[in-house]
Amino acid sequence: MSKRVALEASHACSEAVRMADTDVIAAYPITPQTHVPERLAEMVADGELDAEYVPVESEHSAMSACCGASAVGARAFTTTAGVGLELMHEVLYVASSMRYPIVMVICNRALSAPLSVWCDHSDVMSVRDTGWIQVFCQNNQEAFDMTLWAFRVGEDAKVLFPVMVHFDGFTLSHVTEAMFLPEQEEVDRFLPKKRQYQFALDPDKPMTHGAFGPPDMYTESKISQEVAFRKSKELIVQGWKEFGEIFGRYYYPVEPYKAEGAKTLLLMMGSLSETAQLVVDRKREKGESVGLISLRLWRPFPFEELRQAVKDAETIVVFDRCISFGGPGGPVFSEVRSALYGIERMPKVVGFVGGLGGRDVPMKDIEYAFDRGREVAEKGSEEIFETVGVRGKVEGIREPKGVYLPAK
Amino acid sequence: MATRARKTKTAVKKLRTASEVTWRDMEVGSILTDAGNASLRRTGDWRSERPILDKEKCNKCGLCWLYCPDAAVDACEDGYYEINLYSCKGCGICAEICPKEAITMIEEEEE
Repeated sequence: MSKRVALEASHACSEAVRMADTDVIAAYPITPQTHVPERLAEMVADGELDAEYVPVESEHSAMSACCGASAVGARAFTTTAGVGLELMHEVLYVASSMRYPIVMVICNRALSAPLSVWCDHSDVMSVRDTGWIQVFCQNNQEAFDMTLWAFRVGEDAKVLFPVMVHFDGFTLSHVTEAMFLPEQEEVDRFLPKKRQYQFALDPDKPMTHGAFGPPDMYTESKISQEVAFRKSKELIVQGWKEFGEIFGRYYYPVEPYKAEGAKTLLLMMGSLSETAQLVVDRKREKGESVGLISLRLWRPFPFEELRQAVKDAETIVVFDRCISFGGPGGPVFSEVRSALYGIERMPKVVGFVGGLGGRDVPMKDIEYAFDRGREVAEKGSEEIFETVGVRGKVEGIREPKGVYLPAK
Repeated sequence: MATRARKTKTAVKKLRTASEVTWRDMEVGSILTDAGNASLRRTGDWRSERPILDKEKCNKCGLCWLYCPDAAVDACEDGYYEINLYSCKGCGICAEICPKEAITMIEEEEE
């Protein structure tokens, strides 16, 4: 029987790591993630969790230590945010390519400069293509649930990929909410007590992890990784189904809210989705045909689920918390438009950027995104993407007038 | 230890060449479950200089064998040493360490 408790998302995910009986934790504290490793270090020191806590000197080392731990078959966990994730970058590819199912919680944070410890999704987007399974949380309950689920799915012999669990820095990490904490017995029914790994490094059974990949082998290695990564979606969904059967909470790659039949859909990831639900409710009361799509699974990208979820819509307004400088606008916008390109009855896709570096996105800004999004879909706009919450009229996010092509 | 080395060698003999391996044959994470297969791969290809050993000068001290970082120096039954050019990378440590200056490095282009 679950217990109703009040926890901030950081502590909720620490509880999940404890209940998962994690073997090795290697983490470096960084705002706004600090409470996660702090609470875990306390648990290990107090004997509540029998794990090796490695107080590493950097995030690069944190991820490297986790790779080593995972290679011998240990259940490994780390956590970081923003620039800490950037410092890890190189080793992220090592973890996914060597198929180490490390679980990492990211309390999403903006990137410098100017220095910002507050939330946006710039850190996520820079690690988009690292081959990690990536999911987003909307609230503290989900922070707990996704962390627990991440161990189960990542360690599945048919998956064997590391998993990033994203939740918004401060907005969730430092905010206390009511949530359910399950019994250990329920957790044990969902997640095996010990990780099973047939390739664990063992001096009595020598094998090579991380061999050299000359040009005549590298491509085969990468293609086999990509095929396995795409296939993992089936197991990701299966893991959520089994999670639901035990804990009563069901999750999906794409989660629509009052989206059926809606002409205009707002699409976003993370905690803003809950604010957007209130906006949808208000607009629905006024008789507007609007809905919300919350993207939970960011990688591998759920193409077919997205296409099904938006099939009745005329306009999709995508809200990004990151700029792809000089690119198409926001990374989520770019992915969504690309996923829908060439389908029958392709909806218009309008990109918005907002909520950068911890800027509040109140309901009125989301309302504006809906209204202005519809307007842009109808009349077009010179700007490549729209913005919310910026002081001063935004002009100039567009191509300069000249066209520079070689003379015929 | 000796038994293990023998076992590894047998396993290695079953290895295919790269052109026979498809992406479907890759182990999870490109892990090599039969460690020690480097002995089957010609890895001396990128050498730019090769060591030449002059037996006349050699006093069989074995420092070249000891210092070679790639185990490319083989000990022979007569007490002398032979450099295995199949895996020698041409680093020149053997030539540097040889107290009798019996090893010299020559350009690969030279005969």
